[in-house]
Amino acid sequence: MKFIKNKQVIPGFGISVGVTLTILSLIVLIPMSSLILSTLNMGAKDFFRVVFDSRILNAYKVSFFCALIAGISNLIFGLIIAWVLVRYDFVGKKFLDSLIELPFALPTAVAGIALTNLYSDKGYIGSLLAPIGIKVSYTVIGITLAMIFVGIPFVVRTVQPVLENLDGQYEEAANVLGASRIKLFFKVILPELKPALLTGFGLSFARAIGEYGSVVFIAGNIPYKTEIAPLLIMGKLEQFDYSGATAVALVMLVFSFLTLLVINVMQSYANKFTKC
Amino acid sequence: MYVELKNINKNFGNFKASNNVNISIEKGSLSALLGPSGSGKTTILRMIAGLEQPDSGNIFIDGEKVNDIPASKRGIGFVFQNYALFRFMSVYDNIAFGLEVQKKDKKIIKERVMELINLIGLKGLEKRYPHQLSGGQRQRVAFARALAPNPHLLLLDEPFAAIDSKVRQELRIWLKETIKKVGITSIFVTHDQDEAIEVADNIIVTNKGEVEQTGTPLEIYRNPSTLFVSRFIGQSTQFKDYSKLKGFSGKNKSGIAVIRPEFIKISSKDELQQYPNSVENGEVKSAFFRGSHLEVKVQVNDVILTGIRSLEKSTLQVGDKVDVLIYRIFAYGKDGMHIIENELLEYNEAVYI
Amino acid sequence: MKYKSKKKLTFIQKTLILISVLFVFFMLVMPMIVVITKSLSNGLQAYKEAVLDKYTIKALVLTFQATIVALVVNTIFGLFAAWTITKYHFKHKKILTTIIDIPFAVSPIIAGLIFVLTFGRIGWANGITEFLNIKIVFAVPGIVLGTIFVTFPFISREIIPVLNSQGSDQEEAAALMGASVFKIFKNITFPQIKWAFIYGIILCSARAMGEFGAVSVLSGHLRGKTNTLPLHVEILYSEFKFSAAFAVSSILVILSLIMLIIRNIVEYKMKKAED
Repeated sequence: MKFIKNKQVIPGFGISVGVTLTILSLIVLIPMSSLILSTLNMGAKDFFRVVFDSRILNAYKVSFFCALIAGISNLIFGLIIAWVLVRYDFVGKKFLDSLIELPFALPTAVAGIALTNLYSDKGYIGSLLAPIGIKVSYTVIGITLAMIFVGIPFVVRTVQPVLENLDGQYEEAANVLGASRIKLFFKVILPELKPALLTGFGLSFARAIGEYGSVVFIAGNIPYKTEIAPLLIMGKLEQFDYSGATAVALVMLVFSFLTLLVINVMQSYANKFTKC
Repeated sequence: MYVELKNINKNFGNFKASNNVNISIEKGSLSALLGPSGSGKTTILRMIAGLEQPDSGNIFIDGEKVNDIPASKRGIGFVFQNYALFRFMSVYDNIAFGLEVQKKDKKIIKERVMELINLIGLKGLEKRYPHQLSGGQRQRVAFARALAPNPHLLLLDEPFAAIDSKVRQELRIWLKETIKKVGITSIFVTHDQDEAIEVADNIIVTNKGEVEQTGTPLEIYRNPSTLFVSRFIGQSTQFKDYSKLKGFSGKNKSGIAVIRPEFIKISSKDELQQYPNSVENGEVKSAFFRGSHLEVKVQVNDVILTGIRSLEKSTLQVGDKVDVLIYRIFAYGKDGMHIIENELLEYNEAVYI
Repeated sequence: MKYKSKKKLTFIQKTLILISVLFVFFMLVMPMIVVITKSLSNGLQAYKEAVLDKYTIKALVLTFQATIVALVVNTIFGLFAAWTITKYHFKHKKILTTIIDIPFAVSPIIAGLIFVLTFGRIGWANGITEFLNIKIVFAVPGIVLGTIFVTFPFISREIIPVLNSQGSDQEEAAALMGASVFKIFKNITFPQIKWAFIYGIILCSARAMGEFGAVSVLSGHLRGKTNTLPLHVEILYSEFKFSAAFAVSSILVILSLIMLIIRNIVEYKMKKAED
C-alpha cells in the first residue's frame, strides 16, 4: 500500500481508501461473512437436509418459474415501451416516460396490498376476471404479476439509451440494400439491442426472485403452491430456525450471484463487437 | 445521360442545402462531387440514393424518374462514410445481405460473395467480424457489400475520410482500378481536391448548395469558371485591380484576378531576362523547400504572389530583389472568367524575330 | 444521423403505442388508483383519522429517521468510494465495485438476515453489543442498519460514471500545483457531479422510505416503537383494517410521486448540463 500511496498524483489516497474500506466492511463485508460463517457451522448433512426439503424445493420452483415468466414478459413489453418512447412522438409521451420509474419509487408493501386488492374477487380487475374463472390473487398468476410490476423499469431503462444512441447509418445501409422493415428489425436492430435486453432481463429476473414486499401479500403463501423462497426464510426466522433460514438464504444468494455473473460475461462478449 | 438532376432544391429548416442544382452524369463514368464542408455535396448524393427527398425538382436514373421510388427499390449501391458494416454479422454475412434480401439461391449467393471477397483481396477473412478488421479492410467490405446485389449505380460518401493518410493513397488507386474493372457508373463525394483529381474522370464542384462547375480535372484546373473554383482547386493568389500590373492595363479594370504559381516566373537580378520591359520588381518574402522545388513568396507592389523556383537555379533568400514576370491571369468579372495574357509579351515577341 | 419515423403514424405504430399505454395503465396506474379510492372508501373523516393516528405519526418519524441516517452514511461512503475509485490508480478496481454492488444482488430478506446473524441472539457480535448495552436486532438501530444496507450503492453508482467520463486531468493539474484534497474536491470535482449526486440522493431516499423486506426481519414489529410506515401498513392490512392501510399507504404514494417529479426535474437538469 505504501508503494501505491507514493505513486498517486492526487493527494489523500490513504484517507480515501481508509474511509471507503472501513464503511464497506462494517456495512457489507462483515454482515455478509456472518452468513457464510453460519453455514459453515451447520455441517453438511443438516445443510442438505434443509436445502432439499420438498417444501423448500417447491418454493424455489415457484420463485424461479414465476420470475422467469415475469422476466420474459418484461422483456417483450419493455422492448415495446422503450421502442415507442424513443422512436415515436405522441401525446402524453413524456408523461408515460416519467411513470416508468414508479416501481422503484413506490414502497413494495404498498404495491403489494394495492395489487392484491386490485386482483381480488371484489377488486376492479379481479371482479372482471372471476366470472371467466380466472383467479389471480393467491395464485402463481398473482405472484407473476407482482414480479412483472417490480421489474418493468429494468428492461425499459437499459434498452432506451441503446436505442437512442443507435447510429441511423445501419438502418440506412440495410434500407438501401433493399431490406424490408421486418428484416431490418430482426437482422440489424435486434442484434444491436441484444446485450441491453439480456442485461435488462437478468436484472428483472434477479430482482423478481428476491422480491418480498410486493409478492408476499398477493401470494397468499399457500404451502407447496404459492410460497416463495424469501417468504420461507422469513418463516424460519419467526420460528427461530436460524440455520434453516441461513441455508435457504445461501442457496438463493449463490443463485443470484451466478445470474449476475452470467449477465456480466454476456455483456463483455457483446461489447467486443461494438468496438467499431 | 445516365443520372440527371434537374432543378433540385432542398432545405433543412432555414438552411438551403441545394439551390437549383442541375447535374448530368454519363454512364460508366467515375464522377466526384467535390466541395468544402456544408457545400451540399452529400445532400445531393443522398437524394440520388433516396435517403433524402428533394423539396422540388426531378431525379432521373437511366431515363426513369425516381423521385417516388423508395431507396430500397432504386437498385443503388451505397458506401457510407463510416462503412455502416453490420457489427454482429461476419464479413460473409455482411456481403451476402443484399443478395439474401433478393431471396437468391444459397449456392448463387456463395458464388457471388466469394467472387467479391476475391475481388477485394480479403480471401480467408470471410468469417471475421468487423471489429476484427482494420479500417482499410472494413472499407473494402463495405464496397463489396454495396456491389454484391449488382446495382447499376454506385454511390460513395467520403470513402476515404476515416482512413489513415498512409493507407489512403493505396486505397484510392485500388478503388479507381476496381471500379473501372467492374465497369459500374460511380459517384463519390469528397472534400479533398487531390483525391478528386486523382480518381475521378469528371468533377462536379459544389459550394453553398450550388454547382460551381462541371468538367474533367484538367478542364477545371485550366479554366476555372468561377472565382471559387479557381481558389478551391490548385494553388492561387487573388487580388483586386490587376491593372496596376505591367501588361494588364486596359480591358476589364474591374474584377478580381487569380494567379497560379506557374503563371509567374521569378528570376534573380543577374539572370538573363528575356522580357526586361515586362517584369515587375519584387522582393522575396519567404522561400520554402517543398521537396521537388522551392516555393517562393514575392512582394510585387503591395501584393504577395506565390511562385515556384526550380532547384537547378540559384537559391533565393528573404529580402533578395528579384524580377517577376507574370504570363497570364484568370480575371473574374460580372461576365464570367477570362484568361488574360500579358500584353507586353505579345508585343515583345514581335521584336525578337 | 438519427433514423426517425415519418410523421404520420402507421397502423403498426399506433398498435404498439396502444399496447404500451395499456400495459402501463394496468400495471402501474391502476394500483395507484386503488390506493386512492380504497383509502377514501370509509369517507374523508376516517381517512384523516388513519393518517393522523399517533402510531402512524410515530411510524412516519421512524421512517424519516432511518432514511436520513441512511442518506448521511451512504453519502459519505458514496463520495469517498467514488473519489477513491476514479481518482487513484490501483489494481483490482473491478473487485471493489463488484463488492459495493452486492446489496443490489441480495434479496431484502437476506439483507435483514445477515444482520440478525451478526448482532442477533446467536450472532457472534452479540457479546459486544450486550456489553455496550445496545440492542440492534428487533430495535431501531437494526432497522437503520438494514436500510443503510439496501440503499448502500445508490449514491456511488450515480457519481462514478460521471466522474469516469470527465476524467481526472483537471484534478491532477490542480494537484501538481499543490492544491489540497479538499480544495480540489470542492472547486473541481463537486461541480461536475452536482446533479448526479442529487439524483442519487433521490433514489436513495425513495428506496429507503419504501424498504420493507429487510426492515420486516429486523423490526420487533412493536407499534409505536419499531415500526416504519410500510410495516405499519402491513399490520393494518393483516388486521383487516383495509381503508386505514390504504390511507397510510397514500402518504407513501404521495411521497413517491414527489420523488418522481423531483427525479424528472433533476434528470432534465443533468441532460442540460451534458450539453
